Amino acid sequence: MPTLKPFEAPLQQSPARALPWVTVMAGSLMTIAPVAATLPLLPPFGLLMLLAWRLLAPLALRRWAPALLGLFDDCLSGQPMGSAMMLWTLSFFLIDLFDQRTIFRDFKQDWLIAAVAIAFSLVAGRLLASPIGGHVDSLLLAQIAVSVLLFPFAARVVAWVDRRRIAA
Amino acid sequence: MAPPRDRRPGFSRRAQYTLFLSYILAIAGALVGAVLLVLSQFNPPAFAALRSAASEITAPVSGGASAVVRGIAAIPDTVATYFRVHGENEALRAEVARTHAALVQARIIIRDNRRLRGLLKLREATPETVATARIVSSTASSTRRFGILNAGRWQGVRPGMPVRGPDGLIGRVIETGPNTARVLLAIDPESVIPVRRIGDGLPALAAGRGDGLVDIRSVGTTNAQLKPGDRFVTSGIGGLYTPGVLVARVLKAGSDTAPAVPFAQADIFDFAIVSAPFLPPPPRAAISGATPPAAAPSVTPVEPVPTSTPAETPRP
Repeated sequence: MPTLKPFEAPLQQSPARALPWVTVMAGSLMTIAPVAATLPLLPPFGLLMLLAWRLLAPLALRRWAPALLGLFDDCLSGQPMGSAMMLWTLSFFLIDLFDQRTIFRDFKQDWLIAAVAIAFSLVAGRLLASPIGGHVDSLLLAQIAVSVLLFPFAARVVAWVDRRRIAA
Repeated sequence: MAPPRDRRPGFSRRAQYTLFLSYILAIAGALVGAVLLVLSQFNPPAFAALRSAASEITAPVSGGASAVVRGIAAIPDTVATYFRVHGENEALRAEVARTHAALVQARIIIRDNRRLRGLLKLREATPETVATARIVSSTASSTRRFGILNAGRWQGVRPGMPVRGPDGLIGRVIETGPNTARVLLAIDPESVIPVRRIGDGLPALAAGRGDGLVDIRSVGTTNAQLKPGDRFVTSGIGGLYTPGVLVARVLKAGSDTAPAVPFAQADIFDFAIVSAPFLPPPPRAAISGATPPAAAPSVTPVEPVPTSTPAETPRP
């Protein structure tokens, strides 16, 4: 596995800079799957990829990246414009809070933090998008559970892309 | 562990300023998001251009992929038809013989109906089909239920037009792009459709719940009893949906309100037919003037007769 040498200026190539953006946008594009879904159970893959990048490779995305990526997601997801823009940025700040208080983390703790961020984003997105009286809450819990269980998969994908990104 | 007091990334001024600036930009991004949210709360179609630009690009991809998926999904069915073609043929012959008498009766009734309508000077409200397209994708990760239709302004689709499938009502168009349109499905938590019960014409509203069902809410003053199996069709009140399109079947008994299953299930959407609004929107002058627009149409589908048609000119 390729490793970075100290004092070597890494990642000057623009493809390596663009790869995290491309993977998150590809995650957002999962909603164009040709299925007219009755139930909102598709996990927010864009958010999963974003959190995986943030937790596995914290410097891969700038702090302002989630705002622009969220704008792209809002154009596709059906949520009101600006909701992912705001919530994804707030999730980054939330992870910053965890970062300050933990020094060594293993993947289980990362997973737990991602679960908190996913639950926050989905619940806040539901409150912003749908009227309070809507019967969507049990489905929302199912969607959160599916998303949390799929986070390791997103982390695998991100780790795989990141290895190739450094090698490139 | 308590957070370290010094959060600077190092001694480099450049690194410190870059980090500071990136946080400023992130906060600005979140604030812009909040402003956009407030704007879209007050004016939901405000950012329709952005969304339709995105769906213009994605809809052809979804359409192509859905054609492939349909083709693959049709394989088992096609194979199965070869095996049961003889039995099906016999069953169909028997059914044709059985229903022949009913068909003749129905033809007589149709002719009778047309004659009586002519006597009453009623005009048939034929929903004018604007476009026939497919729902190619949907917002599967959001609690809102929108579908992307692969026909848009260039095909004559306009916001407000009702969309129905072969089985029943799907929803209505809310945003249009050149070649795509966004459809608010009947199961969306913010969709409300005026309906009436088949049989006694009990007026009600079919409000989406967000979990694949709709709530039937009676709007009558009497204590309405809803029984499982009650079927509801659009009533035409409000002038948007053509009367008589199947909407939903009641699932559980209830008084005044009951959950119901829509006839057009989102995940088996076949073709989607976009038709013109049942009543044309009132002219601008009528809206701005003091007189309110014409009252909602009665249960009988009567189209307003334009002044120039011969139906209203005095007969000699």
